[in-house]
Amino acid sequence: MKKTVFIGAMTAAATLVAGAASATVLDEVKARGELNCGVSTGVNGFSAPDSAGEWQGFDVAVCRAVAAAVLGDPKKVKFVTTTGQTRFTALASGEIDLLARNTTWTFSRDTDLKFTFAGVNYYDGQGFMVNKALGVSSAKELDGATVCIQTGTTTELNLADYFKANNMKYEPVPIETNAEAQQQYLAGACDVYTTDASGLAATRATFADPENHAVLPEIISKEPLGPLVAQGDDQWADIVRWTLNALVAAEELGITSANIEELSKGTSNPEIDRMLGSSEDDLGAMIGLDKQWAKRAIAAGGNYGEVFAANIGESTPIGLARGLNALWTQGGLQYSPPFR
Amino acid sequence: MAMTSDSSGSSFRLSMLIYDTRYRSITIQIVFLFLFMAGFAWLVDNTLSNLAQKGKDIDFGFLGSRAGYDINQMLVDYSNDSSHARAWIVGLLNTLVLALAACVTATVIGVIAGVLRLSNNWIVSKIMTIYVEMFRNVPVLLWIIVIFAVLTEITPAPNAFRGENATSSMLFFDSVAITNRGTYLPGPLFSRSLGDIHLGIVQVSTNYLVLLAIIAGSIWGYRALQHNAAAVQEATGIRPVTWWKSALIIVAPTLVALIVMGFHLEYPELKGFNFSGGSYLRNSFIAMWLALSVYTGAFIAENVRAGILAISKGQSEAAFALGLRPGKTMNLVILPQALRVIIPPLISQYLNITKNTSLAIAVGYMDLRATLGGITLNQTGRELECMLLLMLTYLIISLIISGAMNVYNNSVKLKER
Repeated sequence: MKKTVFIGAMTAAATLVAGAASATVLDEVKARGELNCGVSTGVNGFSAPDSAGEWQGFDVAVCRAVAAAVLGDPKKVKFVTTTGQTRFTALASGEIDLLARNTTWTFSRDTDLKFTFAGVNYYDGQGFMVNKALGVSSAKELDGATVCIQTGTTTELNLADYFKANNMKYEPVPIETNAEAQQQYLAGACDVYTTDASGLAATRATFADPENHAVLPEIISKEPLGPLVAQGDDQWADIVRWTLNALVAAEELGITSANIEELSKGTSNPEIDRMLGSSEDDLGAMIGLDKQWAKRAIAAGGNYGEVFAANIGESTPIGLARGLNALWTQGGLQYSPPFR
Repeated sequence: MAMTSDSSGSSFRLSMLIYDTRYRSITIQIVFLFLFMAGFAWLVDNTLSNLAQKGKDIDFGFLGSRAGYDINQMLVDYSNDSSHARAWIVGLLNTLVLALAACVTATVIGVIAGVLRLSNNWIVSKIMTIYVEMFRNVPVLLWIIVIFAVLTEITPAPNAFRGENATSSMLFFDSVAITNRGTYLPGPLFSRSLGDIHLGIVQVSTNYLVLLAIIAGSIWGYRALQHNAAAVQEATGIRPVTWWKSALIIVAPTLVALIVMGFHLEYPELKGFNFSGGSYLRNSFIAMWLALSVYTGAFIAENVRAGILAISKGQSEAAFALGLRPGKTMNLVILPQALRVIIPPLISQYLNITKNTSLAIAVGYMDLRATLGGITLNQTGRELECMLLLMLTYLIISLIISGAMNVYNNSVKLKER
């Protein structure tokens, strides 16, 4: 009898603990005073520490913008490095609040793995990089090639599908991180390195002889990359989603890190005023933040266009064109729902 | 028996469960068992309720769905259309092949190094000491990576074999090519193949089964011949000449079978990006194999040395007194007795090798951990299920190995009559 009471008490205690653990992510982050953000182990331009040890990059900028919106300081981020294998476990277990790591939005990740994608910060596709000495000009000529591939990614499945559809054979060499893949590729242990085209450009930029390597024209998949959070806390997902939207909307509305102080004093455009919190409307309160959240998020690293240009744009060694990632007004896909 | 139960039954009080030494140990064990079970139940319940809270359940249904990824080294048919369960089997076989190869070479290396470390030759024994201490004291993962890096960095790419002025050439009459991706060897082919036998999930080549049976038969015949010769020697004092008969018994049947089945070698050829044809040992496999062999070999060498030192010096002195040479003394007198001491720790080393194969992902060898515990886990997101299956698989492999080795140990251990 006593034993049943004891077990019952333990179950009750366990439920209590579990209940306490399910406080909102926003409260947890605020209480901690720091945002735990999952990033890659180092992809230049997207997330990599600079010479001073500060994390820099396109994905890092998302973390910083969210930290600025929620905590008021873009520096209050703890970067947690994750590999293709560990990232989902880290997010599902609550070790990180947000994963910004070139992660492709897919059906099963959204539904079966119980994540919520906050949007797309980079529209990408899988490509192939080869040494120019091989004389290959198309992915269709890769029959029999040895292909280095990061394991635990969608690229593995796309690769299998692509070679199958084109009736070609290949030898997969599974590799854990981008750095190892780079070393294998440069040593000639594989003929081809395949990953998202942006990742290829970023990797090639770090080579001693980038001019000797070519990214083949074929893009074999759709890889919408974006930040994601664990399912079950809609408020937190909204915060991340609208922070990302704020960056895109800011570019569209012409808000830059240079003129944001000026604009936040009030403009003739009511949408800018609503976003920057200089009008009567309090959008922040609707997602549990203060009035200036979007202003801080934009001020952290600039609008979407500025972040792109500073980290991976054509003036950087990575040299990616805007392409699909241009604003919808300029023929791209980046589009923010209205702030209203 | 009846008396004790009578006397305790008449005057049994509840407090005796604690204060009576006859019952105390049982009471403590039962209480401990209950606590242990309660703790375990709490862990399981906690896991299940936490999973339920995240909206996840435990479901092994994913094993039947399409895997969608490719595996480079496969011993049974597999394509990306196969199921996750089949990928699991492919990984399992890769693990087993690696473990088996490494166990064999580690034993050979270990026995040689262990014996030589006791050599009277100063240089030889010191070299073996250096070998043992170097490999035993560095983590095996580092050895794996170092060997893999050496194999990839210093060997030529397949490209170097191409064209008029190739910088590299194949060895042994153009039959072996060592590249930075792996080593290509001539592969066995049978022009009059006997086909395959399908055993449910795996298929076995009948050719090899027949060859194995013939070789086993030859060995049995050779033994019978030797036995017969010994009997003649016992009876007459003269040992009949058997060397040509034994040579015939061992070689001829296999040779005939090979000719009948049309055995020939297929040589690797440079085609497109890589060599094709022949057998292909990937660098990832070679690196794992070498690293596990030399690393575990160092431990086995120490076991062997300990086993030999455990045999009293009188044994070798007696053998010398009988006029046996040192080599024969070792093989006929010392090692058979030393095995009794060597086998039990050797079992642990075999288990270590098998478990250490799970480091294979470091060099991209597609073992159990890389297929079921790596790609399948990632693509399906079923961490708990995959890890449970992995643990179960390794547990079963290990239990089988230690079971088999225990049988062997029983056959060599000191028999007390």
